[in-house]
Order: sequence, then structure tokens, then C-alpha cells
Amino acid sequence: MTTARTLFEKIWGAHVVAPETADTPAILYIDLHLVHEVTSPQAFDELRARGLKLRRTDRTLATLDHSTPTLPTGANGERPYANAEAKAQVAQLEQNCREFGIELHGWDSRERGIVHVIGPELGATQPGMTIVCGDSHTSTHGAFGALAFGIGTTEVGHVMATQCLLQRKPKTLAIHVDGELPKGVGAKDLILHIIGQIGVDGGTGHVVEYRGAAIEKLSMEERMTVCNMSIEAGARAGLIAPDETTYAWLKGRARAPQGEAWDRATAHWRTLRTDDGARYDREVRIDAAAVKPTVTYGTHPGMAIAMDTPVPAARNAVEQRALDYMQSRAGQPMQGTPVDVVFVGSCTNSRLSDLREAAGVLRGRRIADGVRMLVVPGSEAVRREAEAEGLHEVFRAAGAEWRIPGCSMCIAMNGDLALPGQLVVSTSNRNFEGRQGKGARTVLASPATAAASAVAGAIADPREYINQEQAA
Amino acid sequence: MKPVTRIHSRTAVLADENVDTDRIIPARFLTTTTRTGLGKLCFNDWRYLPDGSDNPDFPLNKPEAKGCAIVVAGRNFGCGSSREHAPWALLDYGIQAVLCSEIADIFRNNALKNGLLAIVISAAEHRWLLANPGVELSVDVQGQYIALPDGGRISFELEPFARHCLLEGVDQLGFLLQHAGDVDAFEARYEAAA
Ligand code: SF4
Repeated sequence: MTTARTLFEKIWGAHVVAPETADTPAILYIDLHLVHEVTSPQAFDELRARGLKLRRTDRTLATLDHSTPTLPTGANGERPYANAEAKAQVAQLEQNCREFGIELHGWDSRERGIVHVIGPELGATQPGMTIVCGDSHTSTHGAFGALAFGIGTTEVGHVMATQCLLQRKPKTLAIHVDGELPKGVGAKDLILHIIGQIGVDGGTGHVVEYRGAAIEKLSMEERMTVCNMSIEAGARAGLIAPDETTYAWLKGRARAPQGEAWDRATAHWRTLRTDDGARYDREVRIDAAAVKPTVTYGTHPGMAIAMDTPVPAARNAVEQRALDYMQSRAGQPMQGTPVDVVFVGSCTNSRLSDLREAAGVLRGRRIADGVRMLVVPGSEAVRREAEAEGLHEVFRAAGAEWRIPGCSMCIAMNGDLALPGQLVVSTSNRNFEGRQGKGARTVLASPATAAASAVAGAIADPREYINQEQAA
Repeated sequence: MKPVTRIHSRTAVLADENVDTDRIIPARFLTTTTRTGLGKLCFNDWRYLPDGSDNPDFPLNKPEAKGCAIVVAGRNFGCGSSREHAPWALLDYGIQAVLCSEIADIFRNNALKNGLLAIVISAAEHRWLLANPGVELSVDVQGQYIALPDGGRISFELEPFARHCLLEGVDQLGFLLQHAGDVDAFEARYEAAA
């Protein structure tokens, strides 16, 4: 009798080149290596210094996203880079990709975009794969039932040279999300709620598998939002078993298998489910029905609460410091807090469905005076689709800026940033001090909440806007 | 990588929990394409006042913390991004060991690959070290213990391969390259089955 295995164990087992021993970690084979400009230059240098080639260019895919301006080329024909270093970093990736023979989705590509948005869009991300990138939000790809995780630059070099990584087997954590999400409450609210429950270190050392009725009902975009933020709970990776939703989303995409290969692939993918009776190292249960529109009130994603409930009192000096930084007041709800900037974008929430969600709230409305709103699509493909639907007109008519794709204000290294003291309602994934600009205060939220807050000029419950619309 | 066998220093305490990689090195400095010279940017937005002078409230700016190569950090140090710039910056700043009851996975992995001893100790020992800054410690990689001034010892776990690489000063890429034959064999089998 074969023993019952989890989804994680099945993927892991299929990729072991050499098993781990007491003295050495396992050698794990990597199916897909995603590369961007920030965490790769030192790895390419290492390869050059050792006279090594890149082992599998066909399993490597690069894009430009972090340091890239989101404003178009100026009248002088120059891209408005934040500084000379950013420009040089991009030029270096272009040069490295030429030299090592890597497919780069650069400025001239119709598919360029945030690395975790384009991998799935191209169909490069597939169930059962191992996927790595020098980027912690690689966990996004786990939405397809792939084992996907972030690595450091040294390991980026390892994968370039050998297509392998040295890894100790992580533990597994099942997060069962039972029941049904209430109307007007989405994947972003759910994942913020989960991190609020288990904490920013709740997943440390573990690969999370999200499962249960509420997860199965999520669209692919929503699953990506959930898996994206696994790292914010400290998890190595987040996984959701592939199903019909996954296959329907992937079918026909450029890099997805075609024809007979598709049938073979799906037959294999159907085996990628946790067997009945398989054991996880830990299990947590979350009641979907209890989730409300959720926002953060502190300086890490675990400091998250329903927006209409009072901010909890600080339990120690560090939490007090976080409340002081945010100017959040214990005992008061976040709802109603005045807003300066609204950012809709990032690999968490910059896909077409996210933009539709924000546009749904903004249609026929204007953002409040004094609020600046930036909408940054996750990829050129998303931008095209959104423009074809006229979403950019909705954003512009509402008074928001419609930008070209990139990480933008999620990490604020391309010049898109908030000023000291400004409060940003952001659909991104990190509310760390200074993440969106030195001294900027970040409140993480869903696209609907972000849009509603832009209209209200203060943190607002999107359900009021959606309901009004339905009533009208 | 140079071998790392023993780190001897007084401790400095950075008690904040969840010190994330954006605090260790803010993202706007990640446009660099080298790994050197990041020490002056380490903890940039916490360490300096707006006029560029040292912030007296930053714990590692305190006179008693100067020159300390061992930092006792609050729980979940290094959470956030995968940027290896974080350990590069810490090392260049002069920190050679971080002791904590819990350290974020990717940071820990990156740190050990660069010879920064990211070491997990028990909650009780962690509490004691947090409460007693300035203790003279010796971190012994070979013996996997931290020697206290009174002769006491705190033992710790270290992944055996990471330990081997630290002691010998070898990097892991060499080991992987030695297994190129295994990778070839695996790839042939794997891709034939696909
Ligand atoms: S959008 Fe933000 S989190 Fe995502 S890859 Fe870019 S910088 Fe990282």
C-alpha cells in the first residue's frame, strides 16, 4: 500500500535529484526560474567570475518590473527613471540576458509586467512545477498547485548554473477555510484576516496548503492574491490544489501544453491532490463567514483587523511604536481615517479582475479632493485588456492616474512614492515602515476598499458603494 | 567565503520584534548592482536623523553598542523580502552574528550562505540575553554552542551542511556543480517522462 501524501510531498518527491542525508540537504530540481533586475546582477557576475554558463535558458524567463518608471517615455525620448542607478540596473539585465541567452520581456515586449503576473499569464506557471525567483512573492504561483518560493541572490546563481537548489524539506501547514465568504468580501480581505489570525511568523518553516470550500470557490486571480501573501505569514510557500478552475484558466496560454500534450498534462495534474488521510505537520481552521472588509493598522501585515472594529491596544513598546508611526489610535476603528494617497497595483492586486473591482466602485464617481490615486496594471496584457474594456477611462474620469505596468508604489524604488506622513491605502502586500516612501504610512486593503476610500477621502467600507450601485 | 569558526564579542540588543528587511536596508537602495559597500545604508531610515546625523534612539547607535559584532534581536528578525542585500549590509556594517528565538526563513538561509551567523536559541535564553545587553559571548560554530562569561553554555542547532560550509569556508555552488552528473541523469529521466 502506498502511503497517503500531501500535495506538497508529491511535488517535492517528483523533483528530488538527490535525497537529503544527515549531512547534506536534498538537491531539488527547478522547473522554472523567473528573473528580474533587482536580485540578479550579482548572480550573473558570479557566473562570469567562475566561467559558468546558464544551464537551462529554456527554463529561465526574465522581465523588467521593479526599477522601471510607470510614466511613459518623455518628449526627449528618454524613460523617466528615478535615477541613474535604476537605469543602469535595467540596462544590466538587458545586457545579461543577451549575453546568457535568456528570454527577456523588456521594454519592447507586449508581455512585460510584474514577474508574478506574467508567469501565470504566459502559461509558464503550471501545476506540479517547482518555481523560484529572487523574490519572496514567488509564493503567488502556488495558486496553480506549483511549489513556488523566493530565494536569495546566491541561490539565484545556483539555479542559473545547475537548475537545482539545496533544500531541507520544509514542514506542512494546512489552512482550511470553511464556509463561504460574505458578499462584498474578497480574497484580499481573507488573506489579511488569515495573517491577522496566525501572525506574521505563523507560517515560518512551513509550506501552507490552503483548502476547503471557500478556497475552491475562488477564481484563479483570487487564489493568486491569497498565495501571494503567504510569505507575509512567514511561510516558505503557499499552495492550492489544481482543479477545473485552474485548467480552464491555463488552457490556450502561450506556454501551456497544447493538443495531446495538454491531455497528458491535465491527466497528471489531476493526481496532484492531497490524498485522503495524508498528514500535515499543523492544521488551522478559518471560518470564511466571519471575514469582513479587512485592513491593516500597524507596520506589519499581521496587524490586521476588520475596518469597523476598534484598533487593539498595544501589548508592548514595539506595538506602541507601530501605532505611533501609523498614528492609529487604540479603541478607534480604522474606518473613517483620512486618506492622502490610494494605490491600486502590485503582484497582489493588479490583475484585470482587481482593476474591474476598483473601477466598479469608481464608475460614475470622483475621488475626493486632495486624494491622489495611482492605478498601475500588473502587465502589458492587463493594460491592453483593461483599456479594451474602457477601465482606464473610468479611472481617469474619477481623477486617478493610469500608469504603465510595474511594481511602482508597492516598493517605491522607481520614483512612485508617498511623502512622509502621508496615509496610503494600498492594494499591495507590505505595510512595513518606509516601504512606500520614507515616513509614509501604509494601510493594506482590497481593490474595492482602496477605491471606496479614494471616493470617501477616508477609509471606507466598499459594500456601501457596491450596494448603492445595485440599488440604483 | 572565508571560514567562520568562532565569533567573540559583546552583545548589542535590538529588541524590536519583526524587524523586516525593508528596515535592514530600504528598498530604494536596491538599485545597486554590486554586493559591497552596503554597510553605510544598513538600517538607514532608523539609524540616521533627517539631517544625516546619528539617531541617538537607534539601539545600535548607543555608545555601549559600538563595535559589537553580535546582535540579540527581537523575535522574527529578517521577515519580509528575499533580498540578500540584508545580510550583505549587516556584514558590511560589522555584524557577524544575530541571535534570536525565531528568524525568518529566507533571511536565515541567505545569512548563513554569506557567513553571517543567524542562530536560533530557545525562548528562555533569548529572554535572558535580551534583558542583559553587553554580555561577552563566544559563538562556536564547530561545537554549536555559545559560551557565556560565567562558563555556561547555550547550545544551538545548525543545519549540518551550512555548518560544514561555514567551517571550511566553501560555498554551496561547488557542491552542486560536483553533482552535475546526477542532474544530467535526473533531467534525462524527468524530461522523457513528461
Ligand atoms: S509588486 Fe511589490 S511585492 Fe510584487 S514583485 Fe513587485 S515589489 Fe515585489
